[in-house]
Amino acid sequence: MLSKLTHEIATVTRRRWMAATAGLVLGLAVSAPFAPAQAADDTIKVGVLHSLSGTMAISETTLKDTILFLIDEQNKKGGVNGKKLEAVVVDPASNWPLFAEKARELITKDKVAVVFGCWTSVSRKSVLPVFKELNSILFYPVQYEGEESERNVFYTGAAPNQQAIPAVDYLMKDEKVKRWVLAGTDYVYPRTTNKILEAYLKSKGVKQEDIMINYTPFGHSDWQTIVADIKKFGSAGKKTAVVSTINGDANVPFYKELGNQGIKATDIPVVAFSVGEEELAGIDTKPLVGHLAAWNYFQSIKTPANEKFIKDWQAYTKNPKRVTNDPMEAHVIGFNMWVKAVEKVKSTDADKVIDALPGIEAPNLTGGMSKMLPNHHITKPVFIGEIKGNGQFDVVWKTPGLVAGDAWSKELEGSKDLIGDWVGKKCGNWNTKTNKCGGQGS
Amino acid sequence: MFANCFVRLRAAFLSILLITCFALPALAGPFEDSVAKFANDEFSDTEEAIGEIAASGNQLAFPIISALQDGRLSADPETKKVFITQADSKIVDATTGAAVDKLPDNAATVRLNNRLRRTVEAALGGLTLMSPDPAKRLAAAQSVFKSHEESALPNVEAALAKETNKATRQAFAEARAAILLFKSDASDNDKLEAIAVIKARGDQEAMALLTSIGSDQPPLVAKAAAGAISSIQGNLAIWSGVQNAWYGLSLGSVLLLAAIGLAITFGVMGVINMAHGEMVMLGAYTTFVVQEVIRTRYPALFDYSLLIAVPLAFLVAGGIGVLIERSIIRFLYGRPLETLLATWGLSLVLQQAVRTAFGPTNREVGNPSWMSGAFELGQITITYNRLWILCFTMAVFAILLAMLRYSAIGLEMRAVTQNRRMAASMGIATSRVDALTFGLGSGIAGIAGVALSQIDNVSPNLGQSYIIDSFMVVVFGGVGNLWGTLVGAFTLGIANKFLEPVAGAVLGKIAILVLIILFIQKRPRGLFALKGRAVEA
Repeated sequence: MLSKLTHEIATVTRRRWMAATAGLVLGLAVSAPFAPAQAADDTIKVGVLHSLSGTMAISETTLKDTILFLIDEQNKKGGVNGKKLEAVVVDPASNWPLFAEKARELITKDKVAVVFGCWTSVSRKSVLPVFKELNSILFYPVQYEGEESERNVFYTGAAPNQQAIPAVDYLMKDEKVKRWVLAGTDYVYPRTTNKILEAYLKSKGVKQEDIMINYTPFGHSDWQTIVADIKKFGSAGKKTAVVSTINGDANVPFYKELGNQGIKATDIPVVAFSVGEEELAGIDTKPLVGHLAAWNYFQSIKTPANEKFIKDWQAYTKNPKRVTNDPMEAHVIGFNMWVKAVEKVKSTDADKVIDALPGIEAPNLTGGMSKMLPNHHITKPVFIGEIKGNGQFDVVWKTPGLVAGDAWSKELEGSKDLIGDWVGKKCGNWNTKTNKCGGQGS
Repeated sequence: MFANCFVRLRAAFLSILLITCFALPALAGPFEDSVAKFANDEFSDTEEAIGEIAASGNQLAFPIISALQDGRLSADPETKKVFITQADSKIVDATTGAAVDKLPDNAATVRLNNRLRRTVEAALGGLTLMSPDPAKRLAAAQSVFKSHEESALPNVEAALAKETNKATRQAFAEARAAILLFKSDASDNDKLEAIAVIKARGDQEAMALLTSIGSDQPPLVAKAAAGAISSIQGNLAIWSGVQNAWYGLSLGSVLLLAAIGLAITFGVMGVINMAHGEMVMLGAYTTFVVQEVIRTRYPALFDYSLLIAVPLAFLVAGGIGVLIERSIIRFLYGRPLETLLATWGLSLVLQQAVRTAFGPTNREVGNPSWMSGAFELGQITITYNRLWILCFTMAVFAILLAMLRYSAIGLEMRAVTQNRRMAASMGIATSRVDALTFGLGSGIAGIAGVALSQIDNVSPNLGQSYIIDSFMVVVFGGVGNLWGTLVGAFTLGIANKFLEPVAGAVLGKIAILVLIILFIQKRPRGLFALKGRAVEA
């Protein structure tokens, strides 16, 4: 069969190829339902670069809706600088090279003033050269591994010191955890985060034999062996916790297996960095009660700003059960910061806006005032939430104030002397030891 | 299992047991004041309240704390009144036990965190050592085994003397041994006996207990403990082999279930069906819809939802399969490359259609009670959902095999796929059989979706994660042979599970792929190659 197939490939004619791709084209046509709209001159265009099809659609579709919602709200207030905002939505279809293509299309063809987009680090890395070359602005709303500070990118999600490190601190102090399982999906975010966490744990006196690091492929669904290993690792007589950077869909079978094998949060708590309200919407959370997540925002936080946001959002989506999550809040903060910067310089010119953004403050939804820092990261509070039976989180701990995002981790040998400073030094990787721009990052 | 988890509950536990034991309720403040602390919504106050209530000796202590554990305790922050919602959804005042009509509007469930949950478990353990219900006594004994709190010893010994149930007696004996092992003034003989009892228990918890006794033991005890540890380790190593084999069988059954439909469409008919995974997905979504209907209309039927979903999923996926065969695939027979591309395009269409209809996020498919949880077999844990899936897979396989072997339509299917022209000459309507065969393969994929919805995400991407594995199984097992698919799936499953602990999940998967490539080089037709004319067809 297989040899016959290769033979077919060699002999297939062009006409037959075309006939055969008909189904394929049909598939792609359906997966790009949003065509870029034509714009009038008195509008400011805002690019939305989130996957609406493919594997990442599960997380990114909501962020597209968030930006459309924010634009709608802003236009009701009269737009920005007297001009209405207009969204240009493209679908990069969870395809990393397509992200770069679509970004180029947004900037050169649609002439958008700013782009809100990307989820995975690899998609961000893929669009970076485009934003640098065409000098445009990207707001990136997702928690990520850090070790980056670019002039054209504003990072409104958490850096590791705004999520991972406070979570580990909490477990160490409050749960007295002595043994650590660092479990993650095998790609750049978990690998870098776990490298940072391992260095941090060792600096706190945790021994190598008390750290177990485990990576699994994307979409891993058979967790029996790993959960049994965790159980075994956890029975060495020391309090054990799992720090999970498991991504996306793989979480559901992981938690199901934990529940089925009878590992309760009181025995081995799992603290996750990629599990939010949206992810929990797909599972029965009863067996997960007590497991933890670290974020900068939870839907259950009661502040007037948050309650209003949830109400407006559910009204906008016409779904009274629609949940909110952390990356959505990051977009809210980023969007408001961008609006303030554009109003400040009375222009959407990329250079002017980029220079104006550091120092701009915008309220976050949990009652604080987030500020854009010279390294293009923002200040955020950190919350630890426990999963409740209804798929929401109960905040059990929070940082006393806002935490400033570090572009470069202080825990890693290669980056501890680096800072990002786009105001004074005009440099994303300034080495404070040698006082030179262009230090080594990992 | 987690011997040290409970160490810092020592103080709370000590007071609870001392007081329940010697009945000194006067030590605690007035019962009402303690209960009112639940209304403060502070974890530290809740913790104090649990300690005081457990120590109060009041007969309402047990209902209050167990209600707290189950999230049935609510408090009104203004009036400081606390209420219990009973199992029959009646509401009573926690301090008086008097019935109340309804909860005040601003009453909120008393919150717990992990630390408090452990406090609650320990408190309940102390309160239920003498419970009339043997299951509760067993749980209490296990909780004491974990905490091995010295002060519990008199209570445990008293309970042990009275206990008649064999399993519970054993648990009390183990709890007593655990306490003696850690008791600083226990005699060497007591400790040696305790080690023997714990050694006999022989599981990971026993090992955790023995490894954490510390180095300041008398040499005789230390030696006995070391001996017990190595004996338990040896025992556990054997069990871990058994465990891997079981996990392998379970993974194999999932692979087989996903691949079995493909073994029909690809294996028997020769259609490279890239949309196979989407048929699995449609089956899973059918389960979701069935459960939604049951949840809203007939909640009592929830435990049967999967049984109802199986035939429906077969019909939905099978029907769509027939439709696909009639509208696309029948024009592409004998052109594998075009079929490959067309079905791949079709898989994208189906994914996006489901995404539009149900949204891109995961849908919740619940586990019926008989699919949740696990039981212990020796030293391994067997989860019910995996066990049922294994049984279900074997049943589906057997039915399919019997159908192909003994039914008229099965005979026609085999005839058409083996020699189409001769079958046509014998009066078989080959194009109708093609449609039915494709529908059968798709329908079985739909049934697989029902089972997979129990262990995986129900999202539009569900099918993608199984399509490669399914092709791997069918090609490895030998195209056109159902038995090959069976052996292929279990071989791959077991090999994967024995590689995983050694090489890790990522490398394990790569290693399996490399092994299959090498194997296919050696035997291009897979494990069980078909012989005869079918090969040339």
